[in-house]
Amino acid sequence: MNTPALDLELRDVIKRYGDHTAVNELSFAVPRGSFFSILGPSGCGKTTLLRMIAGFISPDSGDVYIGGVNMKNIAPNRRPVNMVFQQLALFPMMSVGENVAYGLARRGVARLEQKKKVADMLARVGLAGSENKPVDALSGGQRQRVAIARSLVLEPTLLLLDEPLGALDLKLREHMKLELKQLQAAFGTTFVYITHDQSEALVLSDRVAVMNNGRFEQIGSPQELYYAAATPFVASFVGANNRIDGVLKGIASGIGDVVTSTGVSFFAKISARASVGSTTQVFIRPESISLYRQQPSLSGQMSCYQGAVTSLLFDGANSSVLLQELTSGLEFRVALPQTGHLSDLKTGERVYFSFDPERALGYLAEPSTRV
Amino acid sequence: MSEPANRTQSRLLLALLLIPGVLWLVLLILLPHVDLAILSLKPHAGAGTQQLSLSQYGTFFEEPLYWHVFVRTALVSGLSTLLTLLVAFPIAWTIAKIAKERTRSYLFLACLIPFWISETVRTLGWMILLRESGVLPALLVKLGITNAPIEMLYHDATILIGLVYTSLLFMVVPLVSSLESLDNSLIEAAYDLGGKGLTVLRTIVLPHAAPGITAGCIVVFMMTLGNYLTPTLLGGKNSQWFTEQIYTQFITRFNWEQGAAFGFLLLSLSVAMVWAGLKVSGQQFADVMRRA
Amino acid sequence: MIPSLPRSIAVRWGNGAYVTLFLLFLFLPLAIVAVFAFNDAPYPAPPWHGFTLDWFIGNSELNRTGLFADTELLGSIWTSCTVALWVTGLSVTVGTLNAFLLERAQFPGKSALSVLMLVPLVIPGVILGISILAFASRLATLADDMFGLDLDFLRPGLPLVVAGQFSYIAAIATVTISSRLKRFDLTLEDAAYNLGASWFAVFRTITLPFLKPALIGSAAIAFLMSFENFNTTLMLVGSDSPLTILMYGRMREGASPVLNAVSIFLMIASAAVAFALMRSGKRTRS
Repeated sequence: MNTPALDLELRDVIKRYGDHTAVNELSFAVPRGSFFSILGPSGCGKTTLLRMIAGFISPDSGDVYIGGVNMKNIAPNRRPVNMVFQQLALFPMMSVGENVAYGLARRGVARLEQKKKVADMLARVGLAGSENKPVDALSGGQRQRVAIARSLVLEPTLLLLDEPLGALDLKLREHMKLELKQLQAAFGTTFVYITHDQSEALVLSDRVAVMNNGRFEQIGSPQELYYAAATPFVASFVGANNRIDGVLKGIASGIGDVVTSTGVSFFAKISARASVGSTTQVFIRPESISLYRQQPSLSGQMSCYQGAVTSLLFDGANSSVLLQELTSGLEFRVALPQTGHLSDLKTGERVYFSFDPERALGYLAEPSTRV
Repeated sequence: MSEPANRTQSRLLLALLLIPGVLWLVLLILLPHVDLAILSLKPHAGAGTQQLSLSQYGTFFEEPLYWHVFVRTALVSGLSTLLTLLVAFPIAWTIAKIAKERTRSYLFLACLIPFWISETVRTLGWMILLRESGVLPALLVKLGITNAPIEMLYHDATILIGLVYTSLLFMVVPLVSSLESLDNSLIEAAYDLGGKGLTVLRTIVLPHAAPGITAGCIVVFMMTLGNYLTPTLLGGKNSQWFTEQIYTQFITRFNWEQGAAFGFLLLSLSVAMVWAGLKVSGQQFADVMRRA
Repeated sequence: MIPSLPRSIAVRWGNGAYVTLFLLFLFLPLAIVAVFAFNDAPYPAPPWHGFTLDWFIGNSELNRTGLFADTELLGSIWTSCTVALWVTGLSVTVGTLNAFLLERAQFPGKSALSVLMLVPLVIPGVILGISILAFASRLATLADDMFGLDLDFLRPGLPLVVAGQFSYIAAIATVTISSRLKRFDLTLEDAAYNLGASWFAVFRTITLPFLKPALIGSAAIAFLMSFENFNTTLMLVGSDSPLTILMYGRMREGASPVLNAVSIFLMIASAAVAFALMRSGKRTRS
């Protein structure tokens, strides 16, 4: 067996538009059958990247391999790749069945065979018997499924999805997330999914690449991105985070002492690039901070800070409070314990809070980091 | 199509797309009008000299008949445009704002149908209605209003009726589309703030509909100015319409040089009015034409 | 003013009366034309002499020439149809190419060209007629003087009529088709490529079906505009008269009701086209 284990591989791909480098020397590989997401803010180059994989744009240099085959000079209509477009791009002049059969017809598949495959595919996405419906008679979620069925019926090596959930309303988006994940698991096709929504990327993917300014900041599992962000950009882009700016004053067994301009010390695990004396950014997740009404007795390196409640953000299980640290004036977002304990906090109330330095991450400050 | 295979191919494609359009504009529009301009600057063929001069335009101003007809055509066209606007506005308002869904489309269709039918046929109808032996004079006698049938053709009023009739649709369509885009809640708000019918019309409706009104007026004026059939048939010998003068010079007298000069004068008037209309309303030519 | 605001009875009745009068004004001339096609009298004028079909089927035996025996009239209808078919074919073809040029291609001078393509719409038809007449005759004279060629098609006649009508109907077709093409979502073409379609298949299965309503619509408009054109045709016509020119000539002389008879057919044909267009328009919009 010499089936390649990688369905998609990019090697040193570069694409420039004038002075602007949309995709900057990217290399990565996506193993067969996985769900791979590219997460990044708008304008980070992810759409350009996707369109290069689909063949609508050719790279200035570098190579794209799909299923082990170099795609250089292979037109988009000859690549074993199909795409679900942002606005879905269902053909409005055709019925659901004709939409799904479109690619089969282009391949010259016999009519009867087409009909059978279309019926099978529609049944698999839960739209059995809708062949003759016009596409605009479908709901948003159904249209989504038709767009996926239209691509998957061609049994592509790779399915590209260009923010397909962006146009849906919040409730439906949550629902479609689940459905996408189940569809991918059922078909086993490799999905490459681009989005600017970190929650979509985390929920859906086996692996996520966080993209910024034409480069990948980090590739990893959702857990790695969340708990072990490699860069300040990833830390601030993936999930909610509190940010503290300061200068690294000392470091002992990986835990550094970052002092703010107001002279308050915060302890955090320091990444390799930061050294004593460098400007450092510390990120600490809202759920990593513990709240106390009375001053707690803390062990080891845990420090305790005092803050005043400025607002209460009630959101069911995601409820949190905004605190102002008394000495530095810094604002912290702290998750409320889900037990309901402390749910009676009032604005203006003084509370104590602390966090484990192992759960706080300190990076060398990057001046260009903006989210 | 997002990335053409290579430059030569896309150049070739561009050339193929360009050629028909450019041929059309150059051979049928640009060159003929340049030629017409040159023709209008030549003395009549019999005169012997080939010197370019403004003598054909001079004749126009020296001969009272010519410029009288010219001014008359312009004035009657203006009046007819105004009348068309007055007649069309209430209908457009009814279609856009008052009528319910079904009535609205029927009413709109009713406005459209006559204009799908040849102007010749419509003019024939007016002739049968209005001429001395026609339907209306006979009706007036029968009702005892007049003793003998009167000739209702060949009056200026008849020409006006015919011109308004012919132009109505081209006023109704832009008016309806500009009135439809006016949000009803604006009218309700104006009313709620104490505006009365006429005030609301003047302060809210007309400013909003101004682009539609200008577009309609420009198109109607242009069409009326260039009309031939309606004035000559309904006005007969009294029509004194400028297009008829052009025809006479070109076809009857075979004085192409004079006819070309007349043609240019009419074209200039038409262009000047379009330009003025655009200036007054601050609109783009292309937008107005697409609207119409 | 609008139904949601209080309107007095007088205003409502006034509005109703106005609409009724307006519709009467619109349809009276047409109704009169239709009615007098069936009057048993040599002139289309009152009083009513009884019903007859003579003006349709009359022949020399009846001493009345009906529409179907009036070879001159039938010939002119044929002439009009021929001209209109040519003009329609040319206008829709050139209009489609122009639409792709304006909406898809990038080249210097594009905006100037797009404005220039609207110019024919503001030139009075009579002037289009004389300018093309004069230019064609200059070309014909040139060809004769320099090469001894006798280019008949440059003399007044049907080829010039086609050219004259085409010169402005092409502008209408261009506007109609480009405005439809402008609304085309280009990702549909990308999607079709992505599903394996060739360049030609994309055009045939996606772009063309999308343009179809505009193509049909502009073809119908072009045909009617050409069929009914008078101003430009008047200046360019030779010995074969299209219908409008022939009718005009006869109307000046005091026509027989055979003109009413032919008018009825024109009305039916135009109304049929209008209805068909409306229905297809509604279908594509929903």
